[in-house]
Amino acid sequence: MSDLVKNILRFTIFILVQVYVLFKVPHLHRFITPYLYYLFILWLPFATPRFWLLVIGFITGLSLDYFTQTPGLHAAACLLIAYIRPFIINLLLPKDSTEFNYREPSPRTLGWTPYGIYVLTLTVFHHGYMLLLEWLSFGSVLTFLIKLVATTGISLLLIFATELLFPRKMRYRTNTA
Amino acid sequence: MRNIFLFIGRYFTFFAFLGFQVLALSFLFRYNKYHRAVGLGVANEMSGWMNSKYANIDQYFHLKQESDRIHHVNDSLMNLLKTNFLNSDTATQFVQDTIPYDTLGHRRRYLWRDAEVVSNSVNSERNYLQINRGSKQGIRDNMAVLNSDLSLVGIVVNTSDNFSQVMSLLHVKNNVNAVMKRSGNAGTISWDGKSPLYLTMTGIPKSDTIARGDTVLTGTYSLSFPPLRMIGRVASIVKDNSSSFYVLQIKTAANFQNLQHVFVVENLQADEQEKLDKDTRKKIDEVKKTK
Repeated sequence: MSDLVKNILRFTIFILVQVYVLFKVPHLHRFITPYLYYLFILWLPFATPRFWLLVIGFITGLSLDYFTQTPGLHAAACLLIAYIRPFIINLLLPKDSTEFNYREPSPRTLGWTPYGIYVLTLTVFHHGYMLLLEWLSFGSVLTFLIKLVATTGISLLLIFATELLFPRKMRYRTNTA
Repeated sequence: MRNIFLFIGRYFTFFAFLGFQVLALSFLFRYNKYHRAVGLGVANEMSGWMNSKYANIDQYFHLKQESDRIHHVNDSLMNLLKTNFLNSDTATQFVQDTIPYDTLGHRRRYLWRDAEVVSNSVNSERNYLQINRGSKQGIRDNMAVLNSDLSLVGIVVNTSDNFSQVMSLLHVKNNVNAVMKRSGNAGTISWDGKSPLYLTMTGIPKSDTIARGDTVLTGTYSLSFPPLRMIGRVASIVKDNSSSFYVLQIKTAANFQNLQHVFVVENLQADEQEKLDKDTRKKIDEVKKTK
């Protein structure tokens, strides 16, 4: 399966799961909204050009926005994580890139701890920016922080559950591909 | 130009990010009712804040005109005050004289004019201030000068065509009749030439009870000063056991270091009173001589 087809499938599945499963389940608490769809952006191949990352992030966010009737909200947040993703990866990747031949970020390619940091950072950025835009006037800083922490927690839980349930088979990048 | 393109090329991703971000935010603020309302609210808040700051600064430049205007209004209001008039008996109504009447048949006693201080001193033993009204504007010697808050400043001692010299209360030769507001006892205000903040009051008998903060007003018998205008408050009582009169230190009500707008008050009946006084003396003295 080529990368393009695989990612189009992933995109569709993530958006549909987010909209028809995670948004439909009864709310645990008013502070907790489960988010998983942005894992799609986290899973994009290392080799994706930075400009295309932005375009893909924007389209992902906007697609979700059309289901939630909030144009621009998730798009802005996805754009932010799509922009900072390469910087985080550069920090976490082994310096000697000749030894590093995997296609996309996963616990197995990066190692659990760096992958955890990668996910945590981008999740906090995504949720922080989105909640900021959602509330704008902050309400109180304390409520904002509680909501940020709660939403980040539930997202991390979902992401690691996904990683354990659907381990991706990582092929080496070869010249023949 | 080449460098600009290089710069844009180098940071292309960042500019693309900014562009998309702006697009996303414009969607957000255009199509969401809540965000639109908040956005417009913030914009209003910002522009309102800017406008109020601007108005504050702008106001500062009009402050002088504004204070001039207020001083003029105060002047016209002061001239309407009832205390400026003497009630006359209705039986004397048909007696004409040159003193202006108001519509109720009260004879005007005090006429107020506004003026601005053009020079002022507080550091000498003999302090004068100069105001921008002179004999051409009807200022004459012995008119009272009051601050814009109606506290006593001094008395006109000399006039030129367009300016007048005012002897400040801060003048060692000044001698002003004053009364305690509480008891009505009369005394004399003078200045010892030391601090421009304090005057000295003498002549209040020790039978009177004086407390710090008691108000001192201009006396009612003066030909120049309008009666019962503020001079100051008692700041301290100087111990003087040899005399049966108090020596009081009075904190001036007017801030002499910052005089700007003042009123010049004319007693329209001063000439008449003075003439009567002189005539009486002459009359009695002549009678004495002839006897």
